[in-house]
Amino acid sequence: MTKQKLAFNWASSCGGCEIAIFELGTGLVELTNKAEIVFWPAIMDYKYQDLEAMPDGNIDVAFMNGAIQNSENEHIAKLLRAKSKILVAFGACAYTGGIPALANTTSRDEIFANSYKETPTTVNPEKIIPETKVQAKEGELTIPEFYNTVKTLDQVVDVDYYVPGCPPVGEQVSKVITQLTEGPLPPKGSVIGASDRSLCYDCKRVRDERKIGKIVRTYQTIPDPQKCMLEQGIICMGPATRGGCGSPCLDANMPCRGCYGPLPKAIDQGAKMLSALSSIFDAQTEDDIQKIADGVADPIGTFYRFSMGRSLMRRTKR
Amino acid sequence: MTTEFEPKIVGFLCRWCSYAGADLAGTNRLKYPSNISSIRVNCSGRIDPTLVMKALALGADGVLIAGCHPGDCHYTNGNIKTLRRFKLLQKMLDQFGIERERVRLEWISAAEGDRYAQVVRNMTEQVRSLGPLNWQRKMEVTA
Repeated sequence: MTKQKLAFNWASSCGGCEIAIFELGTGLVELTNKAEIVFWPAIMDYKYQDLEAMPDGNIDVAFMNGAIQNSENEHIAKLLRAKSKILVAFGACAYTGGIPALANTTSRDEIFANSYKETPTTVNPEKIIPETKVQAKEGELTIPEFYNTVKTLDQVVDVDYYVPGCPPVGEQVSKVITQLTEGPLPPKGSVIGASDRSLCYDCKRVRDERKIGKIVRTYQTIPDPQKCMLEQGIICMGPATRGGCGSPCLDANMPCRGCYGPLPKAIDQGAKMLSALSSIFDAQTEDDIQKIADGVADPIGTFYRFSMGRSLMRRTKR
Repeated sequence: MTTEFEPKIVGFLCRWCSYAGADLAGTNRLKYPSNISSIRVNCSGRIDPTLVMKALALGADGVLIAGCHPGDCHYTNGNIKTLRRFKLLQKMLDQFGIERERVRLEWISAAEGDRYAQVVRNMTEQVRSLGPLNWQRKMEVTA
């Protein structure tokens, strides 16, 4: 039997998804007995030329993590798509945009102004900001173009499967790799390595009656570890988020932040969470309702913390 | 030739009050702009924020949600549920940069045909002066 060929690559991401693969531990050694890793620039010395030199469809399964935020990300995504039989959007950024997609609440100009001019630690007297081309003595130098809107992987190329999570939990990563290398393959477009029910379904906390008079933020209180977070007024994304992660955040007495993405039939995770949260407001009059709603300090950053790229609006108006 | 911008407004009207109010506006032959496309829903409490945002993302310039006056809901408190959702949605749409005049919640009873016509006239003019929202195009060109 010929070994399956695997590839791992990253785009705009923190690298946590690469670490998630290491959660396989000794399983990684066993994996290399069954499969051959042909491209993984984060841990070994691979160059893009190695990928370009491969014939099309050479790779059996490619895992791509990270959002698409610049022209390099997009170029590599297209290249990897051409060289792979199966392309997997691995992790929240590739699947729903993740944290990088929160850049969609601002614009390229504002990001550049902030990063290269305004931050107190920046020293940039000539106000230089990155240009894609610059003329140097040695000739023209180029860097990738930074995009105004961050995209998910499937907004750039055709994607076969999605693995949610920031990062995907180790146990699920191992299941996913086994499923994709040994079969049977799920239908194209499936979200794998997660459950089809909301996180609340797996949650061990006690639910009584959900009614809240005000929103409490995590730094203001130490939550009761037995009680439902939402009942305590803490915004927990559980009702609008896919389960399957094993609720490590809730076990650590922190609310769910929504990294496993929207539920199977939900179009927009943030809208669903907004709806779920407002339904437990214990207020009847306009003023009282407004007071509770004002307690949500940053609605986009809370409800779309990981899913801005896959949301209906995708970006703010700027 | 330049044609004047005609706003596209999606109206979600509750079956028991506001849709009947719109009907009354019609039978009374009241004049109001044809910019609104009204959709009958069983209760304003059925309006998920997804519907509002989908309308805006797919090309609507404004969304009107209309239901029974507080206390008059056929399902006791569906309109209060709408109000709770709407207040939070409004706060989030502010962040998205969508003007408050574009997404409105109004209480219109079955007897208020004139009020329905007035709300639609008023909203159409406000949205017209704001100009097109063009969200889809915005997502494409700013890629």
